[in-house]
Amino acid sequence: MTHMLPISFSLNGQTVSMEVAAHTLLIDLVRGRLGLKGTKRSCDMEVCGACTMLLDGDPISSCTTLAVDVDQREVTTIEGVTPPDGLSRVQKAFVLHGGLQCGFCTPGFIMAVTALLKANPHPTDDEIRHYLHGNLCRCTGYVKIFEAVKSLAIEHVSEDAA
Amino acid sequence: MLTSPFTFEKPTTIADAIEAVGDSGESMFYSGGTELLLAMKMRVIHTERLVDIKGIPGLDRIVLTDANEIEIGSRCTHKRIAADPVIREHAPALSTLCDNVANVRVRSVGTIGGNLCFGEPHADPPTMLAALNARLVLQGQTGVRFVHADEFIRSELETVREPDELLTMIVFPRPTGPVTYRRFKHGERPSVNVAMAWSMEATSSTIKTARVRVGALGSRPQPLKAVEDALKGRSIADVRPAIEAVLAEALDELDINDDRHGGADYKRHLAGVLLLRNAEEAMTRGKRSR
Repeated sequence: MTHMLPISFSLNGQTVSMEVAAHTLLIDLVRGRLGLKGTKRSCDMEVCGACTMLLDGDPISSCTTLAVDVDQREVTTIEGVTPPDGLSRVQKAFVLHGGLQCGFCTPGFIMAVTALLKANPHPTDDEIRHYLHGNLCRCTGYVKIFEAVKSLAIEHVSEDAA
Repeated sequence: MLTSPFTFEKPTTIADAIEAVGDSGESMFYSGGTELLLAMKMRVIHTERLVDIKGIPGLDRIVLTDANEIEIGSRCTHKRIAADPVIREHAPALSTLCDNVANVRVRSVGTIGGNLCFGEPHADPPTMLAALNARLVLQGQTGVRFVHADEFIRSELETVREPDELLTMIVFPRPTGPVTYRRFKHGERPSVNVAMAWSMEATSSTIKTARVRVGALGSRPQPLKAVEDALKGRSIADVRPAIEAVLAEALDELDINDDRHGGADYKRHLAGVLLLRNAEEAMTRGKRSR
């Protein structure tokens, strides 16, 4: 018997109300039933960061989060931080600095960096490395990603422009 | 990967949560899920029902009590502990430790109670909490009991907690001297870690007592008794020779597994290196604060 539970949450600013099985994982709900495929599943064990979403602004691994846990909370995915036209400030910096090659880890990195800059608009080099050490990239060697984030960290912009 | 199906409950009191788990024998407490859901996805753990404790008020409290003890609610996330002003003031090494558990996503939702109850030998908090002489508060259907951090882990992935006992709180005396922690790791979990806590009088540079724990080597953190004895009553200036005089003997007494984190000899050596680095930091902190 599948235990179905009603949940209601904000997904990228839109209220979603539905019934989910208790054992549904957030990544499957969002990629499957809700059709937002930007979030990637990779390691499936909270290590790589490819599936990063924000829950009330904090980064989480959606591969290991129950959908029932987002009831009455705010979920943000890569689709939610991408403007309707063009790219966000963080996304632009990744493009400008070559902070991606195959692109599979990129949505997770963008989410993590977005959360970092929201909490700490001008992180030090050590703070950038510390925050991002749990996002894995097998292409870039990280230097380009670091340079992209560094370029944002030293920019003087209003905090809500991230 | 999906877990097998289960039912889900979210009680709002400790008593209801304990009753929900106790009744069935097939239920488990659930909070962050960073360890439990992984094990369930790998089908290493199966449960019929998860009892979510996140709806219970008070389990995320951190306070310094009138009895000069620090209480940490079991469902405090690593992020919460890392940022807490009480912990930062009175046990900054614990704050730093929590700020370095796993990765930022695990720290957002993973809790200190879940970390302890999982009994994973390669974990950061158990070693530190044993050095801090912490007690864990377990509440069951028949009452409350306290278990010393040293006694909590029974064996690998197994603790003395009964399935229907809820770990509600971690309590330890406010540290009176430097507390330090060092680890070595390849991946997300520590391969070897060492925590040390000295108790000292406010105006003295003499160590009253020292607690030293080495973790991740066997099933649970182990004391370095010979080092503790050598430091007792010692002046800060004499710490290094005091440790070096007994270190080889103390390290020989450790029970160390060979595992994918390294061979026993290698990890034994690392434990000594990490201990001496702890001592350097403790000496600096101890002198500065006096």
